[in-house]
Amino acid sequence: MNYFDEDIASLHEKLVHKEITVRQLVEATFEQIEAKDEKINAFVTLNKAAALEKADALDAKGIDEATILAGIPLAIKDNIVTKGLRTTASSHILDNFEPVYNATVMDKLDAKDTITVGKTNLDEFAMGGSTETSYFGVTRNPWQLDKVPGGSSGGSAAAVAAGEVIAALGTDTGGSIRQPAAFNGIFGIKPTYGRVSRWGLMAFGSSLDQIGVLSRSVKDSALVLNAISGQDAHDGTSIDTAVPDFTAALGQSVKGMKIAVPKEYMGEGIDPDIVAAVKAAIATFEKLGATVDEVTLPYTKYAVPAYYIIASSEASSNLQRYDGIRYGFRAKDVHSLDDVYIKSRSEGFGDEVKRRIMLGTFSLSAGYYDAYFKKAAQVRTLIKQDFEKIFETHDLILGPTTPTPAYGIGEKITDPVTMYLNDILTIPANLAGIPAASMPAGFSKAGLPIGVQLMAKTLNETAIFTAADAFEKATTFHKQVPEFKGGQN
Amino acid sequence: MISKAQVSHVAKLARLEFNETELENFTSQLDKIVEFVDQLEAVDTTGVEPTTHISNAINVFREDVPQKEATRTELLKNVPEQADGLIRVPAIIEKEEGE
Repeated sequence: MNYFDEDIASLHEKLVHKEITVRQLVEATFEQIEAKDEKINAFVTLNKAAALEKADALDAKGIDEATILAGIPLAIKDNIVTKGLRTTASSHILDNFEPVYNATVMDKLDAKDTITVGKTNLDEFAMGGSTETSYFGVTRNPWQLDKVPGGSSGGSAAAVAAGEVIAALGTDTGGSIRQPAAFNGIFGIKPTYGRVSRWGLMAFGSSLDQIGVLSRSVKDSALVLNAISGQDAHDGTSIDTAVPDFTAALGQSVKGMKIAVPKEYMGEGIDPDIVAAVKAAIATFEKLGATVDEVTLPYTKYAVPAYYIIASSEASSNLQRYDGIRYGFRAKDVHSLDDVYIKSRSEGFGDEVKRRIMLGTFSLSAGYYDAYFKKAAQVRTLIKQDFEKIFETHDLILGPTTPTPAYGIGEKITDPVTMYLNDILTIPANLAGIPAASMPAGFSKAGLPIGVQLMAKTLNETAIFTAADAFEKATTFHKQVPEFKGGQN
Repeated sequence: MISKAQVSHVAKLARLEFNETELENFTSQLDKIVEFVDQLEAVDTTGVEPTTHISNAINVFREDVPQKEATRTELLKNVPEQADGLIRVPAIIEKEEGE
């Protein structure tokens, strides 16, 4: 079994017709992980015993034609709680945490009989774009091992790209699904805010966080997104609207589709190889019958500062719960309650998490609230209106996912502002709450994958799936396989 | 300019502590970050409503019905220090002289 030659539908066929058993599929998955993960470190925790047990149970009852995800092994980002399976958010403060309940997405996947093979690495509490802030060490990019896999869903993206699993769940607060998808040459979608329940997702920026999917093929993401979407009584912000069958969007023509390319996304600071790949993607869509226009999103340059204030403010509030009392790490030798809080947090959190908590606490503190938090929330309105205007006349916005391909491990970690600016193309979709995806669209001269981003108006994931599927069928980028180039640096 | 005193004050609010070297680093990094986010000053936001959430929901209500989703044993499973089914913490009230 080789995941590079399969998709969920082909695996399903084999399972239904008993060409392979679920146990064999799960064993083959762990063989892949055991062979590759020492090079890339995509997983924080493996779930082998429980996965095999579930495989045997599924083999005993047989895989039904109608349940396409049954018996399919998936990887889950380690900030999504899994009952009885350690969930760390890649933080020291939670490195012994074993959830007593499932995230809603996990209950939904369980209902479809998928198999969780393990929990994937991320930047601590999803704060970062490289997995370098993980307490469990950096994940390496399978295309070139001295490069970052992106982040924060770097473990999920690298696991899929390396052929360790067919698909994985990720989360996206400012690009954390799309940027690693781009860096690893795979597809990744952040659905509309509210499309997927956030219950059981460890909160970072609650008005921005969204769970989504990473996979090699567009169709596999559509299948998994079908399973995890929908309103949930446990998440008051989940949207009360029917979920379409996303696979129905596949195989449709893009003829007559109106695509907008913001000039702000193609200007200064974008790597020339990436500009060339985006232009080639535009030409492909024009050939397929779509029309492409240049548009303007004038507030783009303010998205990063507005985001860092809003996301950090929400994080500083959300992360108050890590106090060393009810769960997680408690500092030793503390003699007062205040010391339990202060020492547990100071020893338990890493530096990037502390920076965000500090920026957020500052932005919300007396005397600064209006100038920082309120101002950023007003700028967010302007950014949202920028998008609404474009979507009055266009179906999709297309542009690069990242300004550069994957950069070197250690290259940017010491300079927070430079690191933050790297998110300029993905953050706007989170501020506006709109669906957005990255699809494989080429390679740099150095052989690193390039992603092209598609964004649509609220609840119009369908347009993204139609366009990405048409693009996938017209190109071969998604069929390229990483070679684990280079050694350890 | 962000001062070390400001950073210490914010750290206290956030229940974090830094040693002298960390304080220097965090002050200079936060200063750069704050200088970076200060570019928002250039945006005219007169009369613009702030967006603090993007859900289409206004208020979401449910019946106030008790539910039992986890046992006491489960809920205490991750508690770092406990005794007799209770969470253990250091003394909250300091002892007075002669007590």
